[in-house]
Amino acid sequence: METLLDVENLWVKFPSRHGVFDAVRGVSFTLGRERLGIVGESGSGKSMTGRAILRLIRPPGIVEADQISLEGVDLMKLPEKDMRSVRGQRISMVMQDPKFSLNPVMTIGDQIIEAYRLHTTATKTQAYEKSLEMLEAVSIRDPERVMRAYPHEMSGGMGQRIMIAMMLIPNPEILIADEPTSALDVSVQRQVLDIMDKLVKDRGMGLIFISHDLNLVADFCDRVLIMYAGRIVEVCDADKLHEAQHPYTRGLLNSLPRLDQPRDRLDVLKRDPDWSIAPSVSARL
Amino acid sequence: MSMLQINGLNVWFGKNQNRVDAVRQAKFTVAKGESFGLVGESGSGKSTVLRAITGLAPNWSGTMDIDGQSLTRTRPKSFFKTVQMVFQDPYASLHPRHSVDQVLGETLYLHGFSDIDARVVKLLDDVGLGQKFRFRYPHQLSGGQRQRVAIARALAPEPRLLLLDEPTSALDVSVQAEILNLLADLRADRGLTYLMVSHDLSVVGHMCDRLAVMNNGEIVEILDVDALRAMKASHPYSQHLLEASL
Repeated sequence: METLLDVENLWVKFPSRHGVFDAVRGVSFTLGRERLGIVGESGSGKSMTGRAILRLIRPPGIVEADQISLEGVDLMKLPEKDMRSVRGQRISMVMQDPKFSLNPVMTIGDQIIEAYRLHTTATKTQAYEKSLEMLEAVSIRDPERVMRAYPHEMSGGMGQRIMIAMMLIPNPEILIADEPTSALDVSVQRQVLDIMDKLVKDRGMGLIFISHDLNLVADFCDRVLIMYAGRIVEVCDADKLHEAQHPYTRGLLNSLPRLDQPRDRLDVLKRDPDWSIAPSVSARL
Repeated sequence: MSMLQINGLNVWFGKNQNRVDAVRQAKFTVAKGESFGLVGESGSGKSTVLRAITGLAPNWSGTMDIDGQSLTRTRPKSFFKTVQMVFQDPYASLHPRHSVDQVLGETLYLHGFSDIDARVVKLLDDVGLGQKFRFRYPHQLSGGQRQRVAIARALAPEPRLLLLDEPTSALDVSVQAEILNLLADLRADRGLTYLMVSHDLSVVGHMCDRLAVMNNGEIVEILDVDALRAMKASHPYSQHLLEASL
């Protein structure tokens, strides 16, 4: 499989009053034209990994890596100006909460058109047509009305689909989706996933899917990285996630209530200090 | 006798052409000591039912009986001693500038307890936090710890009916398991009645004995957990919801 993105030994550090806090500690993985899931609890560094790839971590945060290569070009060495043409156009990111990612005082249409025209030389009319087309692609009924609406008039599910439409307009090679469905209902969740799945298949896009929902990731992704305290503790094929070996993964799986296996008490995760000391597992192919 | 009986409940917001009927003709009964679940998509009106019971949704019609007592527009003080609510987002439901001690102490004071000091200690022990958390502020606590404080606050007046509005949806799965175990233990110890709202069918299946499925403001079906586990819903919407959540 051809490698789109190669991340080697990525560290994210935040200096604080109590010394340096390492949010991500030496993570390595590659991404091909596949759906790669990153799971872990909050604070495990999964979102920071996604943001570090796009160099979105601002000082005082420090990002260090041996390399973050996008098709052979090391993003760590790119000047900020060139980085801007990578963001959005080649790698884009869907953030967790659509409410905080859309501009509240701009109509949705204006925002999508702006995002599109920033990356292309299209005229306003072309951009409008393209935006309508994208909104339809993420199964928004009545896209003309949505173009005129403001973000607060949209529900969470609609907002998330709008974000996805906006991110996909420049036709990126890689999409980083940070908990794209955790604010959504199960029925809408399915729709959003189907949209992303279709894009991976049709366009040969690489997808990094960040989530804390193990069942969802097992169902939806091809490969899964399990993160704990800034390190990758286990890598496995998504369909074999339920046979995972690491006690942390097992603990997470067992703590989920299940409809088909009623229990009086749920298993509570017992944390072992060895898990965070153990070196990161490399997920480079 | 039933702890909570709701009959023909309508809740609406706005008026004239802006009127939204959030709940229409809801009817269900929760027995004493039972744990009852409300499930549905967002916007189906499940949280609104809880808010109507506590008095946070002022426009309602129909009857709501708590332990045989009919509710009126104004809630008597005894109501708040019987019914308490735990909210969805533990990050938003605690005052950021009140320490845990102040949060619990104020609640106890308002409910007229005199042995506040001993009760604060007891409440913290009951929710598995312990004394060392007593003088912390919310920002010094994790999400799970905050939800424990919120539960302790709800338990302070020694209620008999606890309304739980998505108590674990903002938490990680490992923390969710801790909170669900805590809630199950508290119910067993104190003989509490739960009315729990969740969009997660497996959580409701774990916690509740019976559940109502809501869609578009109406209760479409009431079924027990065995039927839920066997995936035997009679209404097409609840069947659809069951299939989507697998």
